[in-house]
Amino acid sequence: MRWSMIVIFLAIIIGGFTFMAFSVDSVISNITLGLDLQGGFEILYKVVPVNEEQQVTQSLLHDTYTALYRRVDAMGVSEPDLRVEGEDRIRVRLAGVHDPEEARRFLSTEARLSFRNTEDEFLFGGEHLKEGSARAVFDEYNRPIVMLEFKDPDLIRQITSEYLHDIIVIWLDFDEETDSFREEMLKEDPKFLSAPEVKSVLSTEASITGFQSYEEAEELASLLNAGALPVQLEELTARSVSPTLGERALDLTVRAGMIGGALIALYMLLYYRLPGLVAALALFFYVYFILVVFNWMNAVLTLPGIAALVLGIGMAVDANIITNERIKEEIRSGKTMMSSFRAGSKRSLRTIMDANITTIIAAGVLFYFGDFAIQGFALMLIVSIVLSLVTAVLGSRLLLGLLVASRAFDNKPRWFGVKESEISEL
Amino acid sequence: MNFNFDPESSRFQFVKHRYKYFLVSAVLIGLGLVIIAVLGLNLGVDFESGSTLEILIQGQPFTTEDVQAVFAELGLEPGDIRLIGNNNEIAEVRFIGTLDQEEINRVREAFAERFGEIDINESTVSPLVARELANQAVYGILLASLAVIIYVAIRFEYRFGIAAIIALFHDALFIVAVFALLRLEVDLTFIAAVLTIVGYSINDTIVIFDRLRENMKFAKLKRVEDLEQLVNRSIVENLPRTLNTSITVVFAALALYLLGGEGIRNFSFALLIGLLAGTYSSIFIAAQLWFEWKKRELKKKMFQPQNA
Repeated sequence: MRWSMIVIFLAIIIGGFTFMAFSVDSVISNITLGLDLQGGFEILYKVVPVNEEQQVTQSLLHDTYTALYRRVDAMGVSEPDLRVEGEDRIRVRLAGVHDPEEARRFLSTEARLSFRNTEDEFLFGGEHLKEGSARAVFDEYNRPIVMLEFKDPDLIRQITSEYLHDIIVIWLDFDEETDSFREEMLKEDPKFLSAPEVKSVLSTEASITGFQSYEEAEELASLLNAGALPVQLEELTARSVSPTLGERALDLTVRAGMIGGALIALYMLLYYRLPGLVAALALFFYVYFILVVFNWMNAVLTLPGIAALVLGIGMAVDANIITNERIKEEIRSGKTMMSSFRAGSKRSLRTIMDANITTIIAAGVLFYFGDFAIQGFALMLIVSIVLSLVTAVLGSRLLLGLLVASRAFDNKPRWFGVKESEISEL
Repeated sequence: MNFNFDPESSRFQFVKHRYKYFLVSAVLIGLGLVIIAVLGLNLGVDFESGSTLEILIQGQPFTTEDVQAVFAELGLEPGDIRLIGNNNEIAEVRFIGTLDQEEINRVREAFAERFGEIDINESTVSPLVARELANQAVYGILLASLAVIIYVAIRFEYRFGIAAIIALFHDALFIVAVFALLRLEVDLTFIAAVLTIVGYSINDTIVIFDRLRENMKFAKLKRVEDLEQLVNRSIVENLPRTLNTSITVVFAALALYLLGGEGIRNFSFALLIGLLAGTYSSIFIAAQLWFEWKKRELKKKMFQPQNA
């Protein structure tokens, strides 16, 4: 008997498990949870041209994306997730945002600022604002206002001198077809932002008044700073998940996954004995690596993702099962333990590779042609297959190889789940 | 417990009874198609325009009628109310047509007033998006099937590939039919479940075919009986692996189904049925289809003159 092999085996197991035990917390805490697990708000927009001349092109889509990103940034959402989907869609995922209505308003407002006269004629627009200059402050009467700065003092001076002692109406998202100052001024809550009288000729600065609260002024300031949207956004789908329900789903699913995994490990141990033990140990490495790779890819863990992971455990075990069955067959044919192990490993490798390559091809095609949701799933499938190959083929094989090489189990077929009576004479 | 079967023993004659399996599957699939055609699928909010609210009520016990009453007071008419969760602590309410934010706020207030501590998830969707996704999934599966057939044709032979794909569609259709029959809600996670089963089904079938290919190398196929024995032998030799893999994966799916919470209950149920169908089809359908096909080729060869 060669103790050195047993020692190496134990060293790998103890070392590996110690390492996993100490690092698993940091791995788990770095994983980004999907909306369904941590709560938040998700919305899918269709980009609609503002007028007939405009066409939705890649560059327009990109501009819209950038504008939306700046807004999300202004909302102070950590790790927002925005992506362009297909030809004309943008999906926004805001984890941890629990006021869907506010988020909706903030995202889809076009934020086209325009200055008009009382006859609704366009004087100048938000493009003349100095970038990032809008700020919410309190005026001398302690009312919240938004201060603006202009890029082109000459133009502003010219217009304000023309409208001196007259009213300039400040609009947000003025609709040429339906909005009119005359109608709105009679309403209690008019649609325009404010309609100040021009008291002196302005050149660089102006202010907007008439806010109910400082927050409202602040919101407009950040919208103006984030920039106008070049398009209209039409809401296709929206989903909000409360943090309580998300956390509950996470707890339940993780617990179910652990119980499922434990049952699998126990079954492997009882059925395959020694190789089963190795398979069960390899499972821990598999789950750990999946989490590490997930982190490393910056992937977002969602409910179906966890389910795919748990199912992946079953798939990872399959490679072990194929190998172990082969080894048993070889033992039954009367070969020695060492040559049974070698032959079983070698002959099962091709089966495992062919079966898994076929599945990877299918997943790869789904990934390439599928859209976003299918892609996430296909990617998860590919990652778990590759990792299950690494842990089951390389990992289990190395560990079992060490045990077999120790010669401690020579002539002990029962350790491999084979009865002596089943072994045929060579 | 041990699944060690003697391949030479006559207890397991899978090939002999193949027409029975074909018949069973044909009847099931036929019935399934009829069910799908007649009943249609119970499409979730993902496929139908509307809102779904999930209301977690922890304040006090309640019944569907209580929930109904609150909505009646609000003047809202839900399309469907179900109690879900392990202790029925969540009311899932579906509306045809979309609720606006003001209505949702009123719902929130009314429920908080009536039941105390509550929490609400809301989702609205345009059916267009989900339909596109479903179409893409179908399109993706078709393309993936083609790619698999090509790979298998190169590595093995094209007959294996096509038989594996038929088994795959058998399994996918079976899940869809069961969902139609039980009126279970079909949503986007259902598509994910079908895709998982597609992967599993291919994997399961290919392992059996691999054994067939290996055994074929040493086999002298002169008569149809030789071929029958070869297929039977390959299936029997692979039985422990097929059963054990199914058992372990079923453990995982079952744990998710029973304990995993309502968000993935339908998903794990679809997986469970798919796993059973997948295991069945690789033993009883895929290998047998290949046998039928190969038999024809063998017969053709037998009747060809040797010196032609």
